[in-house]
Amino acid sequence: MEQYIPIAIMILIGVVAGVVFANINRFLGPHKPTEEKLSTYESGMEPVRTARERFSVKFYLVAMLFIVFDIEIVFLYPWAVVFRQLAPAGIIGMIVFLVILVIGLIYEWRKGGMDWR
Amino acid sequence: MSVPLPYYLALSAVLFTIGVVGVLVRRNVIVVFMAIELMLNSVNLTLVAFSSFLGDVTGQALVFFVMAVAAAEAAVGLAIVIAVYRNKPTVHLDDINILKW
Amino acid sequence: MNLPITWNDVLALGPIAVVFGGTLLLVVLESIVRKASPLMFWVTVGVLAVAAGCALATIGVAGTAFGGTVLTGGYASYFALVFSAGALLVTLLSPAYLLKRATAFTEYYILLLAAVTGMMVMAASNDLVVFFLGLETMSVAFYVLAGFTRQSVTSNESAMKYFLLGAFATGFLLYGMALVYGTLGSTSIAMLRSSAAAHAGEPLFLVGLGLLLVGFVFKVAAVPFHMWVPDVYEGAPTMVSGLMSTGGKSAAFAAFLLVFGADVLQSAAPIREVMAVLAALSMIVGNILAISQTSVKRMLAYSSVAHAGYILTGVIAANADGANGVMFYLLAYTLMNVGAFGVLSILETASVENVRIDDLAGLSRTRPWLAGLMALFMFSLTGIPPFAGFFGKYYVFTGAIGAGYTWLAIVGVIMSVVSAYYYLRLVVVMYFQEGSPDQVGTATGIGLASLVLPAIALLALGLLPSTIVNLTMQCF
Repeated sequence: MEQYIPIAIMILIGVVAGVVFANINRFLGPHKPTEEKLSTYESGMEPVRTARERFSVKFYLVAMLFIVFDIEIVFLYPWAVVFRQLAPAGIIGMIVFLVILVIGLIYEWRKGGMDWR
Repeated sequence: MSVPLPYYLALSAVLFTIGVVGVLVRRNVIVVFMAIELMLNSVNLTLVAFSSFLGDVTGQALVFFVMAVAAAEAAVGLAIVIAVYRNKPTVHLDDINILKW
Repeated sequence: MNLPITWNDVLALGPIAVVFGGTLLLVVLESIVRKASPLMFWVTVGVLAVAAGCALATIGVAGTAFGGTVLTGGYASYFALVFSAGALLVTLLSPAYLLKRATAFTEYYILLLAAVTGMMVMAASNDLVVFFLGLETMSVAFYVLAGFTRQSVTSNESAMKYFLLGAFATGFLLYGMALVYGTLGSTSIAMLRSSAAAHAGEPLFLVGLGLLLVGFVFKVAAVPFHMWVPDVYEGAPTMVSGLMSTGGKSAAFAAFLLVFGADVLQSAAPIREVMAVLAALSMIVGNILAISQTSVKRMLAYSSVAHAGYILTGVIAANADGANGVMFYLLAYTLMNVGAFGVLSILETASVENVRIDDLAGLSRTRPWLAGLMALFMFSLTGIPPFAGFFGKYYVFTGAIGAGYTWLAIVGVIMSVVSAYYYLRLVVVMYFQEGSPDQVGTATGIGLASLVLPAIALLALGLLPSTIVNLTMQCF
């Protein structure tokens, strides 16, 4: 059990930090509620509507790009666990992998895949 | 540790069959697509079960590749669906059949 | 932990490294250079030529790399040569075609090289994981290429069907791999072959092999998983169909021959019997359906199903003759089918996307060169002696007879005679029917040159088949 103590400390610090930062504004910030401020969205939009709406096609583009780049992380995790034993070939291999990913990213960027219009 | 291997294999075989039936029966492209993903994920389950049973990590490594490839396929598949939809606003497979099937 | 990767491994990859490096280079060029169309085209041609040279240089030294997961030299290099030759011809014929279809996007070349990378990895795989990666690299690139003329509804439909059925087949293939891995405890293909006899009695192993077979049969486009072939080949851009039917099929057969090697087939007798029946059905169904087609592309698609049957015969033979036959056949088939699709791509115009057989009437007078080349490719596809197609069939059927599958060879020969009907009908229409094919396009110099090259190669291979057979003999 002893090797889990650092993890327990990490969890404790995480929980304490989260709780503190989430609640600290109650004590420090001014508190003057109005009806406008209390409604869910303030930017002139009706806060409650039907969820069955059509999405713009541009969301699909973002979704596709997200899927592709997101899943590559799956290779980084196992690598991160054993990369000390894999050095130096493992590091070179991962650099090659990331360079390939970055080339894809450059292509996407230059082709306007990230233009939000 | 107590769940024996055949249970995993049976579950993944059932999932795989559901996926196959889904591909063959459903006519909505997106649903067919989800059925294919179900097939791939049942394979992942088999691989992980074998990997754990054999005490060998190759199966888990293959699972990573399957996941990455499934993501690439999903991206391309959605792109094809959009390309079709722009020319012909439908996701129903029977409507996408100019070439005789 | 000692990681078995050295510089030698990376260098041993040879043609794969060249083509993949070329793919990345093209992506970078596409990103940073505006209006790069001629540049991209010539870089692609250069990369494929270098890859072919690299494959020729490494063909004599066979070995493995990356801890025995990848084959280098020998078998892998031979197929790398086939793929780069086929892809080179397709590339040379593509620009004119893409202009006609108003889709001269340079991403075409990136996808083409990516597909070739996948094919080479498939032919070099000594591990099921590597094979899977190669297959998917190729397939995903092909899914996009099939729908490349994105304004065309038929092209969209072709991409959609190819994608759904391809992903479906991938599911079966993977499930087969998982079961084989479970019984063997390893994904190594070498191990699969060496220990197949010991596991032949296990039902799980046989089911795994059967599922692998389903996936392979789909990818090589044999009966009963051939329904996608005509639709996809008809809808996809013509040169893409040309590459799919040659490179894609060759890559799938290269891996097929590796996984279902002699040891596996001899120990798993039921699988072999099923394969024999499927091969016979492919030859029969493909040839008979091809007769009734009016569209040239659909006819070539059904004929490609039939050819899958002939080549499968060589795999089933599971002896040296059969394996040599498969390798020789795939080279010859690549040359003649790319040629046939190439002629079609030239004949198509912006308005006529789908050339019917009747459209070719009288072609020998208006386009004598194209008609002559088309006739030559048709003779070779039929398997008429002075051309390479004949020797492909000859080796494959000799192998089958040597392995005791005489009935399969007889079916093959009879069906070759049937195939003569529709191949030669095209020649008859071109030469002896009156007509004025003014609705067809004309060849550019580069297009004609890239059709003459395979024609010469087919004749040379037909006259001196031993040059290639000596090469393929070394691979085993």
